[in-house]
Amino acid sequence: MIDMSEILQLSPYGLPKEEKQKLFTERLCGLTTYHKEHCAAYGNVLDGLQIDVDKVQTYEELPFLPVQLFKTHALKSVDDEEVFKTMTSSGTTGQAVSKIYLDRKTSANQQKVLVKIVSEFTGKSRLPMLIIDSPSVVKDRKMFSARGAGILGFSIFASDRQYVLNDDMQLDLEAVQKFLQKHNGEKILLFGFTFMIWQHFYKELLKNPNCIDLRNAILIHGGGWKKLANEAVSPEEFRERLKSVCGLSDIHDYYGMVEQTGSIYMQCECGHLHTSIFSDVIMRRMKDFSVCDIGEKGVIQVLSLIPESYPGHSILTEDEGVLLGEDDCPCGRKGKYFEVLGRIKNAEVRGCSDTYGQ
Amino acid sequence: MSNLEKYTKIFTESFEVDAEKAKTLKYQDVEAWDSIGHMDLIASLEDEFDIMMEADDIIDFNSFEKGIEIMTKYGIDMNA
Repeated sequence: MIDMSEILQLSPYGLPKEEKQKLFTERLCGLTTYHKEHCAAYGNVLDGLQIDVDKVQTYEELPFLPVQLFKTHALKSVDDEEVFKTMTSSGTTGQAVSKIYLDRKTSANQQKVLVKIVSEFTGKSRLPMLIIDSPSVVKDRKMFSARGAGILGFSIFASDRQYVLNDDMQLDLEAVQKFLQKHNGEKILLFGFTFMIWQHFYKELLKNPNCIDLRNAILIHGGGWKKLANEAVSPEEFRERLKSVCGLSDIHDYYGMVEQTGSIYMQCECGHLHTSIFSDVIMRRMKDFSVCDIGEKGVIQVLSLIPESYPGHSILTEDEGVLLGEDDCPCGRKGKYFEVLGRIKNAEVRGCSDTYGQ
Repeated sequence: MSNLEKYTKIFTESFEVDAEKAKTLKYQDVEAWDSIGHMDLIASLEDEFDIMMEADDIIDFNSFEKGIEIMTKYGIDMNA
């Protein structure tokens, strides 16, 4: 099986369809066999499905685990002593949370892949970073929420850091202005969760428009749109309104989940979410899980080349999406590009920014 | 103070260990060297030696030993 260290040498958006298919079939078949041998529960699932990995022609034929399974079962392919970090998904009280077991290698590869992907948008050098959240979100160092884990993951891109909200979730405008003054002329990285940005950043800036100038900044945000959909705010409106209060125009949403940390799907300049060479999506029909055509709505299966310490390389999410095309996005990046439509009906409601109760 | 002494001091102060223990320390060996402690360590080293590390080096910086190798890469003479 090809090692991650080799894959990390490749350009994140450089492989055309046939080459990516070859890489994915090789590595994902390898991971499937590996996890079958190292995780008894996963092996049982595969035995039940009667899948012979040696006969698989393309990775589309490989089995996928429903994301729910990570909430009900402790799935890991390493000994307990090797587990060095356990990540949990967001989930409000009463909901089951996913538990993801990481060893040193898988954890480091998650970080490295994140760096490779995000650098394609932010550039190679680390930037002064404004974190649109409160420092209290990472206060409990033993137990991070998905929000805290996201902030820590992205902190690697920061040459200097400033939290934008205080512990009471109030915008600390003075601190932000001071930080911007200190880094005058430098490109600024902003990071946060979509709903937090809207509720605690945009709405506050609206009271005092153009009190800060973020024309030379890039915003990366994630966590889902459900809460904003409730407020009838569309992605387009989100972007336009942010631009109107602080000049911010370089805005990128991303799609990702704790079950496959690192290999996130970044939104390009054309507004499309992109697969990199580290991950892929397959839209599947609800009725028989066959593969959807381009433009056809389906359940999103996510595939990642990273997971070695847990069998999470092929997962069926509870989200619906549409594949828009492959290798031909006007932004020039290779790979599939797609849109996420939201949760499938009756699925458990979940999402990073949604865990923040009001 | 030599560069190695400055480097060691940042470890002993960041993670509240003595110099002997610092020399064999690995990421996550002590509670203080978790992911937050790691970013603070990097910030202290960058301040002290006036360098800016690449993200990949921050990830690879997983022990006292490995850190010396990385500092050398940034032109810090750890024997001086």
